[in-house]
Amino acid sequence: MADETKFVPEVDQGPIKYDEMRIFSDEDLNNYTEEELKNYKVKYDIPFCEEMEKGPWPSYVADAKREALHRHKLGQDKLLINVDVVDDLLGQAELSFVNGETHWKHGGIVGVFGYGGGVIGRYSDVPEKFPGIAHFHTMRVNQPMSKFYKTEYLRTLCDLWEYRGSGLMNMHGSTGDIILLGTFTEQLEPTFFEMTQKLNQDLGGSGSNLRSPSCCIGKARCEWSCYDTQDLCYQLTMHYQDELHRPAFPYKFKFKFDGCPNCCVASIARADMSFIGIWKDDIRINQEAVKAYINGEVEPNAGAHKGKDWGKFDIQKEVIGLCPTQCMWMEAGKLMIDNKECNRCMHCINVMPKALKPGKDTGVAILFGAKAPILEGAQMSTLTIPFMKVESPYDNVKDVVDKVWDWWMEEGKNRERLGELIQRQGVPKFLEVLEIPPMPQMVKEPRSNPYIFWKEDDVPGGWKRTIDEYRQRHKR
Amino acid sequence: MALSKEKLGTFNPEKPMEGRITDIGPRHFWEMFPPIIQKNYGKWDYHEILEPGVLVHVSETGDKVFTVRVGGVRFMSVEHVREMCDIADKHCGGYLRFTTRNNIEFMVDSLDKVEALKKDLESRKHVTGSYKFPVGGTGAGITNIVHTQGYLHCHTPATDASSMVKAVMDEVFADFKDMRFPAQVRISMACCLNMCGAVHCSDIAYVGYHRKPPVIDHEVIDGLCEIPLVIAACPTAAISPSKTESGKKTVKIKNERCMFCGNCYTMCLAVPLSDKEGDGVCILAGGKVSNRISPPKFSKVVVACVPNTFPRFPEVVDATMKILNAYSNGANKYERVGDWAERIGWERFFEVCDIPFTEHLIDDYRLAYDTYRTSTQFKFTEAAWEVSKAAGGID
Repeated sequence: MADETKFVPEVDQGPIKYDEMRIFSDEDLNNYTEEELKNYKVKYDIPFCEEMEKGPWPSYVADAKREALHRHKLGQDKLLINVDVVDDLLGQAELSFVNGETHWKHGGIVGVFGYGGGVIGRYSDVPEKFPGIAHFHTMRVNQPMSKFYKTEYLRTLCDLWEYRGSGLMNMHGSTGDIILLGTFTEQLEPTFFEMTQKLNQDLGGSGSNLRSPSCCIGKARCEWSCYDTQDLCYQLTMHYQDELHRPAFPYKFKFKFDGCPNCCVASIARADMSFIGIWKDDIRINQEAVKAYINGEVEPNAGAHKGKDWGKFDIQKEVIGLCPTQCMWMEAGKLMIDNKECNRCMHCINVMPKALKPGKDTGVAILFGAKAPILEGAQMSTLTIPFMKVESPYDNVKDVVDKVWDWWMEEGKNRERLGELIQRQGVPKFLEVLEIPPMPQMVKEPRSNPYIFWKEDDVPGGWKRTIDEYRQRHKR
Repeated sequence: MALSKEKLGTFNPEKPMEGRITDIGPRHFWEMFPPIIQKNYGKWDYHEILEPGVLVHVSETGDKVFTVRVGGVRFMSVEHVREMCDIADKHCGGYLRFTTRNNIEFMVDSLDKVEALKKDLESRKHVTGSYKFPVGGTGAGITNIVHTQGYLHCHTPATDASSMVKAVMDEVFADFKDMRFPAQVRISMACCLNMCGAVHCSDIAYVGYHRKPPVIDHEVIDGLCEIPLVIAACPTAAISPSKTESGKKTVKIKNERCMFCGNCYTMCLAVPLSDKEGDGVCILAGGKVSNRISPPKFSKVVVACVPNTFPRFPEVVDATMKILNAYSNGANKYERVGDWAERIGWERFFEVCDIPFTEHLIDDYRLAYDTYRTSTQFKFTEAAWEVSKAAGGID
């Protein structure tokens, strides 16, 4: 094992054994036939929805119908939520198609005691038509890092949610949580109690707090990851549990962890604080493997272009010529890289994964401020800390986080994301907060207007002068 | 410990703090890793896509893990998840994984297990014919569309999500199972401008949005909302205080200032925007998040609005196919949609995609100037001749 003791949970979470925990018997779980499913009609006419059963892509309507039938076969005695909940959801979806408008009410403050997030209140605005979804609250469940699962865990969660909820879920929501869709207020606390007491599993974030952090697959199954994305994600999630559950921020805050600049979890577009793995030494080169690519013995780009004949691989055209900094060349049959000029775009490594690898002196670049368009327009994260070593227990990272939050919580307006505060007060102010000097890497280009907000301290002699003194030199 | 079948489980409403456990976080990731992943953690040497949807990762230890990726739908039932678990138990030692883009990955530790797994996955269909677990979504093709909740669960959507995604994926299904494009194509979908999916850096993005200013529920607004917060929520200062004829506090809206962002509705339920005719879909293109070759870029608005034609969104599908066809015909190997559009020029993009350029596509919000072309470097397209004609420059 690769250093088994390296990663252990903060507390012993105990194994999850489905057979000991299950609610439904095998008979319950196999209680309908293919034939019954073919003939199954939901309670309402849903021609728009049923159109969505055609075509090759997995049909969410066909899947929902399966759950509807399963619930009817289980019967209300074996379920705590209305047996018709799925029928009613499809019925309301159909009505929304007809009306061209949603039928979910605005808002609804529900939750579990002591938490300000993790539960999203949702109520139908036509509950008389669809009583099964009169309440349809969501619970966000904090996903295990990079979304690997043991089936024992998933099966247990499925039983819990089919029994106490609609049996409908998202694997996963955009931020990364497991989303349990649809239950009544009465079942929120019981579901939370079962989840924490039996599954050792907590809720995720929602509202103006830290949202469930998420990371790429990292070292678990990728050769490019420059740090332990799962571990940093897990440890910060655990360290900031209070911030995750109890809203005290101006607005939402997201951490996302990408292992390399390919950015598979899109941290640069989505996270207030984006951690992107990089290296500061040289790209590792295996010259024999470079030759193998040149000779056509290995497919370029790990075979990602197999669907079309792009002709013989041409290292000059496909790698050296596309290098954004032009820092590569061939010399006596060897690939040369002027590493100090490399900006680590990953292209050459992506094209020749057998020949090139990121360096070994690795860490993260930290960027701040990404967000979606509401309100002042979309932003991507701004490069701020070019390189930071990241090793457990990550105290250096936590120090940065704490400085950023202190400032944002003090200065941020209601519903102002960090990126908007940085815009409003300026990057120089942000650098002051972080106690770091400026560097040209923070900008695409220097400003083209000279409207600089000088501070009094910057200017020799300060700003205190008198008009009398001025008039001694200049007549009115 | 068995899950409780009691109506309220172990929760006692009389003593709500009794037995309450908080702040324990997620389950730890290590226990969720299959043994081969634990064993080779941090030791991966290289990977290869063997065929669409099938990857092999090779470790320094000599171990290989084979991954079969299948398309997932974000919205799924416990019945569907249980079926995945059956597959994972049968072929993968009881482990599986989900990707950021809602795909599902089944992993095995030898090549001879791949065929049986693939066959099993491809053989499973819903009774109405669609695949349950189509293999694909790798390399230079189209992978799953990440999306939001739409009419199934959201209170602010301007369109539906799951149906649009299904409609598009049905049309591009062959390219989910192929890798014929110059680079990967990432499509994303959000059903309102809140963009909880953050789709603003995708090769192709769909965003539902409103086009009618809010209607005001004068009778209740003062009781239900903080009027100063509603006013402050508007980025264009279109909302101001007002009074009804009977003297109730309310707001009024300068319609011509409204940019339909819906931020006021997020703050206050008494100012709804949704409307069957007004709501539609905005299509953006040319964004990406990867730092590869060129820096990450925002997607740009290329179609201002198409109607919500439920449930198959033919106008959305049509624009998508136009972009994909032009891209696959014109882009160089490794070029993403945005890189290609920048190389040929956006004027050529609109020409080769056969998408009309309308005044809506010229920015007039903040920082608009950054997008204006202050150069004589341009290409002549039909749109350019039209301008010259209109200006009296040519006959």
